[in-house]
Amino acid sequence: MPEPRNSFLDYAPAPESTAILHLKKDYGLFIDGEFVDGRGKSFATISPATEKHIATIANASSDDVDTAVKAARRAYDHTWSRMSGSDRGKYLFRIARLVQERARELAVAESLDNGKPIKESRDVDIPLVAAWFFYYAGWADKLDYAGLGAAPRSLGVAAQVIPWNFPLLMLAWKIAPALAAGNTVVLKPAETTPLSALLFAEILQQAELPNGVVNIITGAGDTGQALVEHPDVNKVAFTGSTAVGRAIAKSVAGTGKKLTLELGGKAANIVFDDAPIDQAVEGIVNGIFFNQGHVCCAGSRLLVQENIHDEVVERLKQRLSTLRLGDPLDKNTDIGAINSREQLERIRELSDIGEAEGADRWTADCAIPENGFWFAPTIFDNVSTSSRIAREEIFGPVLSVLTFRTPAEAISKANNTPYGLSAGIWSDKGSKILAVADQLKAGVIWANTFNRFDPASPFGGYKESGYGREGGRHGLAAYLEGAAK
Amino acid sequence: MTRLVVPKTYKLYIGGKFPRSESGRTYEILSPEGAFLANAAKASRKDARDAVVAARAALAGWSSATGYNRGQVLYRIAELLEGRRGQFVDELTAIDGQSAAAASSQVDAAIDTWVWYAGWADKYAQVAGNANPVSGPYFNISVPEPTGVVAIVAPAGGAGTAGALLGLVSVLAPALVAGNTVVVIASESAPLSAISLAEVLATSDVPGGVVNILTGSAAEIAPWLASHADVNALDLAGAESLDWIDLQVSAADTLKRVLPPLSGIPSPSLDRIVGFTETKTVWHTKSLV
Repeated sequence: MPEPRNSFLDYAPAPESTAILHLKKDYGLFIDGEFVDGRGKSFATISPATEKHIATIANASSDDVDTAVKAARRAYDHTWSRMSGSDRGKYLFRIARLVQERARELAVAESLDNGKPIKESRDVDIPLVAAWFFYYAGWADKLDYAGLGAAPRSLGVAAQVIPWNFPLLMLAWKIAPALAAGNTVVLKPAETTPLSALLFAEILQQAELPNGVVNIITGAGDTGQALVEHPDVNKVAFTGSTAVGRAIAKSVAGTGKKLTLELGGKAANIVFDDAPIDQAVEGIVNGIFFNQGHVCCAGSRLLVQENIHDEVVERLKQRLSTLRLGDPLDKNTDIGAINSREQLERIRELSDIGEAEGADRWTADCAIPENGFWFAPTIFDNVSTSSRIAREEIFGPVLSVLTFRTPAEAISKANNTPYGLSAGIWSDKGSKILAVADQLKAGVIWANTFNRFDPASPFGGYKESGYGREGGRHGLAAYLEGAAK
Repeated sequence: MTRLVVPKTYKLYIGGKFPRSESGRTYEILSPEGAFLANAAKASRKDARDAVVAARAALAGWSSATGYNRGQVLYRIAELLEGRRGQFVDELTAIDGQSAAAASSQVDAAIDTWVWYAGWADKYAQVAGNANPVSGPYFNISVPEPTGVVAIVAPAGGAGTAGALLGLVSVLAPALVAGNTVVVIASESAPLSAISLAEVLATSDVPGGVVNILTGSAAEIAPWLASHADVNALDLAGAESLDWIDLQVSAADTLKRVLPPLSGIPSPSLDRIVGFTETKTVWHTKSLV
């Protein structure tokens, strides 16, 4: 046991009970309203914090994908596209309420399967899931007012592939607008985090959502590829890496499938010398260490004005030294487990490269549990703009610190990336914030805050961070087309 | 004794100047009866790259101009085109073989298209953006911004129907409204009115480099623009007869925004403006008072 460094930081363990979960040993594919066996080789989902087995998950073969798409097509043709908007909305309201009712159970399942701290799944992920369904439920009978002209039309069957960093939240971002707009769905969760999507399928059964309107199929990349390339799919929505996003953009070229892509990022978090430093330090921590840095819009590049660099970095180190890393289910935990061994390897590799390329590495001194996948919060100082840790998405709790002298230099460095998903600006001067925000090529800009999400607020990137928006009125446009002219 | 006419040399329009193709190549443009009309410049890969450089350089100024200012500049194009109506009608009659009435209505439509889009420059953001009622003490607003450098394959419409001038204007004007800069490949078979339009642009208030017009083989030039890393969006409106799926695949390498080919000439629409914009959402904290 490590010696306690600071007595006020010693907390008794306060684990959230897993007794609320009633997990099955095996989960099938959710197709046409029921769980069925998959024809691929099933796989295990494990807890990244303990590496312990949670459940066995079915693997959808391309035949299973076809079955799911056919179910979605039938449901679209015979049920969902004919239903009134107000009835579609009522189903979505039901789902929102059921998510709220089972919120604690979903939060525990999410933290167990994903490794994120329970305080995040409980206070951020799951409440936003309910909010997302509630927000889009109200749109279902108001599509005439969505700014797409009168009587916009649904697209048909939507193929949706989501990542492992916010499993149930990404599901909500995809399914809620798709159903509100009148589409049916085949969704594939990430292979390392299928659990909450399968519990969500049970919620759909409780909501008595008509069979086939939402189908959830589990599997790895080949399942996702078979889904997005299925010829009877009208819409593809993907959140994940830029490399896979490129491949999907190529595969749908010429097919007429509507495509939205939510890809990688390398966000600049710009701190001016007139910023409220206390809040900025909290914002920097939230920007890159929230969800272990497994956030596409994470503020992974800190751009700090040169004259306050030493103070900010010193305070940041102090603050990081108080973060508690460990059991995701413990209510006191700040930093949970890295989602997978593969991701941990990538974080380690890029961090080693950062060190080899000359940046100064600092890692918070914290005890690392014996089992599971962990990476202590790490800061790289004196990072050059050409360094790989300043250019590539690490997707982990690793912050690169760069400096600037003038706003023009900050803007130029912030935009010096093929990505353009998000950015942060910290200053007490409103006019400066607005002027800088105008110049940043990023789809979401947080001023004096970071990593805020809301169903009413559009989210999505410029440049190679993808295209299309999720959330808000703009998010509906991704699932509708204008009325026939 | 009849007067000997002074024919025009048709060149490219890049960065506000009229260079010949750096390749030195030209191709013959013939009248519908087969008579020689002009040697049009046959743009090369280098010309396309030069055009992208010019468009990128012009982007900061054009995109940061006020909507009111961009609207006036686009309206000024309509004014000058109106002043040169006769020239364009004559040219379309002689070159494209259109009847005087068809040519006249095409020029009218082109002028009116500039006027329609000019009026959007200081309004489209009010229609395409909005305030977002988020749950918390935040000011939150979404606004559209120009995507950047847009490469366009211009449509010419069906034979004898609408024509190359209107086809070009119908894709060029909407891309400019939001503040994008453009590299456009004119109709290969009917490129001359595009270069005459460039003369209008050059003498209106459009800053050099905001519009760059290439003539020549779209099949040869378009792939270089589709794969160019400094092009942000690709409008394949007039690419129906090209291997446009290959162009779309190539554009995916840098995740360009792509508008698919269409048959005929697009009618004026807000969608074509918004199609080349990015929605930026800005959150700002509200303090407790």
